[in-house]
Amino acid sequence: MSQSLRPYLSAVRSSLTAALCLEDFASQMAERHNKPEVETQKTLEALLNPMVIARNENEQILIESSINSVRVSIKIKQADDIEEILVHKFTRFLTGRAEHFFILRRAPIEGYDISFLITNFHAEKMLKHKLVDFIIEFMEDVDKEISEMKLFLNARARFVAEAYLTPFD
Amino acid sequence: MSKVFQFGHLPVHSHCFSQDRKTLAITKENTVEVYDVSTPSAKLLATLKDHDKTVTAVDISIHGRIVTCSQDRNAIVWEPLSDGSYKPTLVLLRINRSATSVKWAPNGYKFAVGSGARVIAVCYFEQENDWWISKHIKKPIRSTILSIEWHPNSVLLAAGSTDGHARVFSGYVKGIDTKPEPTLWGEKLPFNTLCGDFVSSNGGWIHDVAFSPAGDVLAFVSHDSTVTVVYPGGANQPPRSALSVSTSYLPFTSCIFANESTVIAAGHSCHPVVFQGDETNWVLSHAIDDPEKNKQAEDSETSALNMFRQMDLKGTVVGKNASNLKTIHQNTITQLRPYSESNGSLTKFSSSGIDGRIVIFSA
Repeated sequence: MSQSLRPYLSAVRSSLTAALCLEDFASQMAERHNKPEVETQKTLEALLNPMVIARNENEQILIESSINSVRVSIKIKQADDIEEILVHKFTRFLTGRAEHFFILRRAPIEGYDISFLITNFHAEKMLKHKLVDFIIEFMEDVDKEISEMKLFLNARARFVAEAYLTPFD
Repeated sequence: MSKVFQFGHLPVHSHCFSQDRKTLAITKENTVEVYDVSTPSAKLLATLKDHDKTVTAVDISIHGRIVTCSQDRNAIVWEPLSDGSYKPTLVLLRINRSATSVKWAPNGYKFAVGSGARVIAVCYFEQENDWWISKHIKKPIRSTILSIEWHPNSVLLAAGSTDGHARVFSGYVKGIDTKPEPTLWGEKLPFNTLCGDFVSSNGGWIHDVAFSPAGDVLAFVSHDSTVTVVYPGGANQPPRSALSVSTSYLPFTSCIFANESTVIAAGHSCHPVVFQGDETNWVLSHAIDDPEKNKQAEDSETSALNMFRQMDLKGTVVGKNASNLKTIHQNTITQLRPYSESNGSLTKFSSSGIDGRIVIFSA
């Protein structure tokens, strides 16, 4: 783990732990409804200030919290065109299967690549510290995954070019 | 030692022991379950299921009546019958949002329901019509009421709200209550009188409020992880002192007084914390079921073999029980209740948690 990644992840971890203090809160706007307040944005006093933690301009996390839900949006590092394509494909692959991931949001927030929506019902069913672990682990792994894919893609491109150019040898 | 009951893994939002501590009522999704806990193993006595949304609170009066309230906007009073079943009576709450908290007055003749409709309904039994009716406290509440607590004189009540205010109101109902003695909170107390309005040092939703045993001190916990204790100065006077203790714990969701100079609070940190002080100063005293202390006992047991096995399997060194927290409660504590006391000081208290556990701690 690089030197600057560690403080970034530890800042994200403590902010997430604090944001995940959720409770059951029925809607004040609609009768007999119980919705994530961070999604409706209607009850202003039930919302907390959103928070951005940035390692650099390409790697950021946005934590929007409310009394019964937290929305976590992650911007994944994209240094060049290839990485941009890879991240797009990768996040599309995940969000297409969002219902299997429970906390994954189908569409990311504008300006971010992937969003999670954790409600009090998730925090009741799952262990809170494990949810935090999951998001941290996801952030660690996604960078690794993308750079591995990029290396693999480059290696394959080289191999294809070599095979293609062999007849002209 | 603390006694632990595990009732499944569904969250328990609220629990209450009966006056003789022999029966226990807990909320479980849309129902309330009543258990006989006088024997070592808890036995299910009855399931109260008339609500059709999450039950948010339950309370048992000194006469044994159970009141429940739910996100379906209703409260129901359950009268115990001689054959062990309960007869439900719907309360005319006249609210159009979820009911969030309910408490019987100490005398057992009325109760208050907090709601998301920005009102507190003070309910009492009307003999001639044979039903429970309510009077509303509306002003100046601006948001959902999260908690309700009665003063020992059964007239005053405190409420904590998501607008960040803890308020003390008069819930005096003509014909039900006798004229109360003047207290530090006020002398003349017609219904709906605002006797106090307080905020915590940094603001934040007020999760719970509590009166001291004598009723002359108010404590509340808010989402900024503080415990605030207020000493009223008398009718229409500013409070003599209001002290906030900020902590490094996650926010507290519940607080109770152990005696006049001790407050116990618990919440998202999953273990109770004790605060002590007086009118001049309040400090954090100690934690009960402290994870730091529990950790040392467990760590010494991990062997080298275990460490290498973990490295091999998962690539990291984490203990065998790493998925467990080092506290009794494995998730947020939702409510604290007094359990037993001697010489005017609390000796035991009970807690309920999102993890479905009820624990009786020694204070």
